[in-house]
Amino acid sequence: MTDEGNQQQEKRQHLSRLLLLVAGMFGFGFLLGPLYTAICEATGVNGRMKVEASQVQAGVVDTSRTVTVEFVTTVNGSPLWKFSAEQPSIKVHPGQLYTVNFYAKNTQNMDLVAQAVPNIAPGSAAPHLRKTECFCFNQQPFKAGEEKHMPVKFMLDPALPKSIDTVTLSYTFFDATHLAAQSATKPRS
Amino acid sequence: MAHAHHDHADHGHDDHAHGPDKGIMRWIKTTNHKDLGTLYLFFSFTMFFIGGLMSLVIRAELFHPGLQFVDPELFNQMTTMHALVMIFGGVMPGFVGLANWMVPMMIGCSDLALPRVNNWGFWLLPFAFTMLISTLFLPGGAPAGGWTMYPPLVLQTGDAFPLLIFAVHLMGISSITGAINVVVTILNMRAPGMSLLKMPLFVWTWLITAYLLIAVMPVLAGAVTMLLTDKYFHTSFFSAAGGGDPVMFQHIFWFFGHPEVYIMILPAFGIVSTIIPTFARKTLFGYDSMVYATASIAFLSFIVWAHHMFTVGMPLAAELFFMFATMLIAVPTGVKVCNWMATMWRGSMTFETPMLFAIAFVFLFTIGGFSGVMLALTPVDFQYQDTYFVVAHFHYVLVPGAVFSIIAAVYYWIPKWTGRMYSESAGKWHFWLSAIFINLTFFPQHFAGLAGMQRRVPDYAVQFTDMNVLSTVGAFGFFLAQFIFIFNMLGSCYGWFGRQRNLPDRVWEGAKGFEWIVPSPAPYHTFEDQYPLPDAELSVHHDAKH
Ligand code: HEM
Ligand SMILES: [Cu+2]
Repeated sequence: MTDEGNQQQEKRQHLSRLLLLVAGMFGFGFLLGPLYTAICEATGVNGRMKVEASQVQAGVVDTSRTVTVEFVTTVNGSPLWKFSAEQPSIKVHPGQLYTVNFYAKNTQNMDLVAQAVPNIAPGSAAPHLRKTECFCFNQQPFKAGEEKHMPVKFMLDPALPKSIDTVTLSYTFFDATHLAAQSATKPRS
Repeated sequence: MAHAHHDHADHGHDDHAHGPDKGIMRWIKTTNHKDLGTLYLFFSFTMFFIGGLMSLVIRAELFHPGLQFVDPELFNQMTTMHALVMIFGGVMPGFVGLANWMVPMMIGCSDLALPRVNNWGFWLLPFAFTMLISTLFLPGGAPAGGWTMYPPLVLQTGDAFPLLIFAVHLMGISSITGAINVVVTILNMRAPGMSLLKMPLFVWTWLITAYLLIAVMPVLAGAVTMLLTDKYFHTSFFSAAGGGDPVMFQHIFWFFGHPEVYIMILPAFGIVSTIIPTFARKTLFGYDSMVYATASIAFLSFIVWAHHMFTVGMPLAAELFFMFATMLIAVPTGVKVCNWMATMWRGSMTFETPMLFAIAFVFLFTIGGFSGVMLALTPVDFQYQDTYFVVAHFHYVLVPGAVFSIIAAVYYWIPKWTGRMYSESAGKWHFWLSAIFINLTFFPQHFAGLAGMQRRVPDYAVQFTDMNVLSTVGAFGFFLAQFIFIFNMLGSCYGWFGRQRNLPDRVWEGAKGFEWIVPSPAPYHTFEDQYPLPDAELSVHHDAKH
């Protein structure tokens, strides 16, 4: 019967459309990751920032404002490193470049690679913190027992919202030894 | 009239002379939608039993503060496994079983569109759950990081981890095949003259549920695949060390997870919309608005996911957006509740067991909806997040919601399936005990949660003891009461207690639709030749539309 043949064909068409939808949504799940990262970095949501050096022009220093920048350091998981800021906080004027030092020591008797991940609170300050140099831009190899003093050069740009008088910059050390061994290249940014 | 249709059904029988095979191979090889519906339902209730035992371990441990029966590690395994087994093994296959049995019979066609796929989809489930449950006996035990599988915690799962992921994949494939089957069947195989807006509401809600499944199960599959590669292949989707973000998993998971909770409630709406008109002896009030409400709930369910993540530190604008979008869902949900009440209004109601469960559904599900709206308020949720208040909320929508609807559906259709009436007095006992004990279990959890008792912790501060004692007593009572139901239903299946096959086609005098004009029990093959549904059997009357 042609009627039945028609129905069969319609069924098959429907079926292939639905299978396409399934495949599409599977892909969409993977797409959500990059999408989310892009949105967060564009808007500074979540205290995320581009992990790369920014250009800083010598501009106007706003000496009328003083903002406290606090430093927080954490080692993820088991404490493979000693990790701290050499000063807990610093008072800064927006528009001026500052250097602060961080200290880290590999407490294990094997070589390790660390990846520091920065985060800024409040999130709305994230787009205004400019770093020209940071140990978080690259993976940091540590020989067994090695210690390092690591500078961070940064500036708060004068467009920092007026309501913010304290910015917290936190770094978390992750063990990236496996990742480094696997891909001996720079981290994803 | 009814007689003429008997001929139809019987005709199908002689013509093809293929009744069921005998023995175990019938069940393994079957492609018959009724057989598969039965298998799904038996599977579902087996999982309810296993998941129920796990919840009793949890409740026994929480009977008193301090640690008494299980160590915290096993406790965490129990909360995780209980949720996975109940959601993916109990509720979802339960609804798929009902769809298998009833969707073809309600739209007047002989089977689902892809019967072989249907068989395959079902038989994935026993493998998936054997694998998942067997992890309890592996070194390191079962997954214990919560059913939400958040990294980095879930990545610390031991040998059970790959089995968990693989089991989730299998469940996903099973759900997707089932959903595709339902969509193709409904869109291509309806009886002549049954336009979309004449379909019974259970068919409508399942159609929309199936689309939700097709849209979000692949996303879950993607999410757990990423977990797998993060653990074994050093990708960094969710690992901060490599540039990923663990919070991203939560976004992806809840993009699946919120539609998933509606997957577990929309078919329930369909069931209740079928049962209430039958026993109120009126047509459903506001059929069209029910359809549109279901569709808008499904749409909204895609844009509210972050209400599960208010505390991760989103910007204010996002918090506000997700708060308002979530509150908006209460509107179509409210439309449904009002329609059910309007259907009962001035109806000549009788209170057979399915009706009792359906009315309890309306009442208790609404309580869950109210606590949901409380949780939708961002600043309030900051305090309630991860407390027993959330546990109380989702159990009110899931147990007296989804599970009561499955129970109501089984009571309602079992006479049609087996040709034997269940015992009404046992049904009433079952209902009242269930209704009392379920409230005893979950109502006190609201108070414990508001006072600050955390979920997923095996111990608690002494001031929560009274509430937890009540909860535990309720849980054991509820579990035991279900045996009344199981024996009552098995009695109809196997003809125990002297039950005879002596039922009319239309078992409930107020019931309408294709399924009530075939004999009871429904013959193995129905509607091999399709014919239009008589007007009097329509579940809706569109005035002046024909
Ligand atoms: C008016 C409708 C509803 C609203 C406004 C609502 C709102 C919410 C909110 C805001 C949460 C997050 C609470 C938190 O973790 O802090 C939540 C959790 C939850 N809801 Fe609902 N909900 C509604 C209906 C439902 C329905 C119909 C179901 C399922 C049938 C459901 C199942 C769940 C589940 C399972 C969770 C907890 C998931 C988990 O964290 O494990 N909800 N709901
Ligand atoms: Cu939700």
